[in-house]
Amino acid sequence: MSKVNLTIDDVPVNAAEGESILWAALDAGIYIPNLCAIRERKSPFASCRLCWVEIEGVDLPATSCTTPVKEGMKVQTRTPRVLRLVRTSFELLISHHPVDCARCAKNKKCELQRIAREFKFKLKPGKFRKLLRELPVDSSHPCFILDPNKCVLCGRCVWLCNEVQRACALDFAFRGLNTVITTSGGKPLGESDCSACRECVSVCPVGALIPK
Amino acid sequence: MKEEDLKLQITGILKSSGKERKNLIPLLQEIQREFGYIPPEAMEEIGKFLGIAETTVYGVATFYNQFRFTPPGRHHIKVCLGTACHIKGGNIILEAWERKLNIKEGEVTPDRGFSLERVACVGCCALAPVSMVEDTVEGKETIEGTMMPTRVDGILLSFELEEKKKDKIKGEEE
Repeated sequence: MSKVNLTIDDVPVNAAEGESILWAALDAGIYIPNLCAIRERKSPFASCRLCWVEIEGVDLPATSCTTPVKEGMKVQTRTPRVLRLVRTSFELLISHHPVDCARCAKNKKCELQRIAREFKFKLKPGKFRKLLRELPVDSSHPCFILDPNKCVLCGRCVWLCNEVQRACALDFAFRGLNTVITTSGGKPLGESDCSACRECVSVCPVGALIPK
Repeated sequence: MKEEDLKLQITGILKSSGKERKNLIPLLQEIQREFGYIPPEAMEEIGKFLGIAETTVYGVATFYNQFRFTPPGRHHIKVCLGTACHIKGGNIILEAWERKLNIKEGEVTPDRGFSLERVACVGCCALAPVSMVEDTVEGKETIEGTMMPTRVDGILLSFELEEKKKDKIKGEEE
C-alpha cells in the first residue's frame, strides 16, 4: 500500500494511505485523546467527540478518527479551539461518571484519568451539573462485572460482541441520558447469550466492565 | 394467554412480512397493535425471523417511546406534556393522576385497571392541558381538555360508577 507524508504538530509523519489521522498520530507517538476508536473497525463510531484536530486549510476542527490522511496535510492537535472542544466533551463525560477512582478497579489504567493527566484537566464537570445515575450493578456473570453507572457508552464492547465475537449479547438500549449497555430485555448477564470470551472487558476504557 | 397461543399469534403476524431488516419497526408496531405491548417472546421471534440479534431488537424497541413492554391497563391514560400543556400546568395534571392512581408515569395499577403515560402533544393545544383516556377493551379514545385536578377525580368516579352499574346488571341477570 502506498504511503503518504503529512505533518502532525509539525512532526513529519509517514502513514499508509486510507489511514485515519488518529491512528497515524498514535503510531507516531503523538497522543490524541480517544475512547471509542478501534483500529479494526471499518466505519468509526465517532461518538466520544474527543479526538478533535485542526487541519490547515479546513475551516472547522474535525474528528481525527473519521478523517483519512492526505499527502501534504498539516494537522495540529493542541490548538485553542481543539482544547476547548476536548474540554467540553471531557466535562460532559465526567458529568455523567461517578468519580470514585480510589475504589475503582480501573484506577491508574483508566482512559479518562489518562486524558485528564495529559491535558491537565480536573476530574470535575466544570460548567456542567453532575447528573449521576443509580443503576444496579450486574455481577451475575461468573467472569466479569458490568457497572452501567461508570459506562461512557463508547460502544467498543458492543462492536466486539456483535461484529467480531458474534455472541450478540450486548447492545445499546433506551436513549438520551437513559442509554445503557445491556442484554436483551435487560436480563442479567449470567443468563444472556454471552459466550464468556471476555473481549468486552479487555476493550473497556473505563471501569464499567471489570474482570472478577 | 397461554405461551403457545402467544407464539402462534406472533408467527402469524411475522408470516405476512418480508425478511429484510427494514421491516423491524413495522413488525414491532404490528405486534403492539395486536397485543397492546411488546412481549419478550415477540422480540425473540422477530430476531430469529429477521436474522438479527435479539439484543438489537430490544435496543431498537427501547429507543422509541411508542413501544411499551408491559400490557396497558383497561383504561390507558395519556397525559400531554407538550409545549402548550406544559405551560398550562400539565405536570400538575400528571401529578394528580399519579397521586389518585397511586402509580408513577409508565406504570400500571396492580389490578390492571389503569395505566399512565406521558406524551408530547396530541394535537389539540387550544384545549391545554390535555389528557387522553383510552378504553383499551373497547378501543375508544376520549380527549379531556382544560384539565383540572378535580376533573381527574371526576373521571375516576365516573369509571367507578360505570363499573358498579355493570356489576348490578350482571347481578340482576343472574
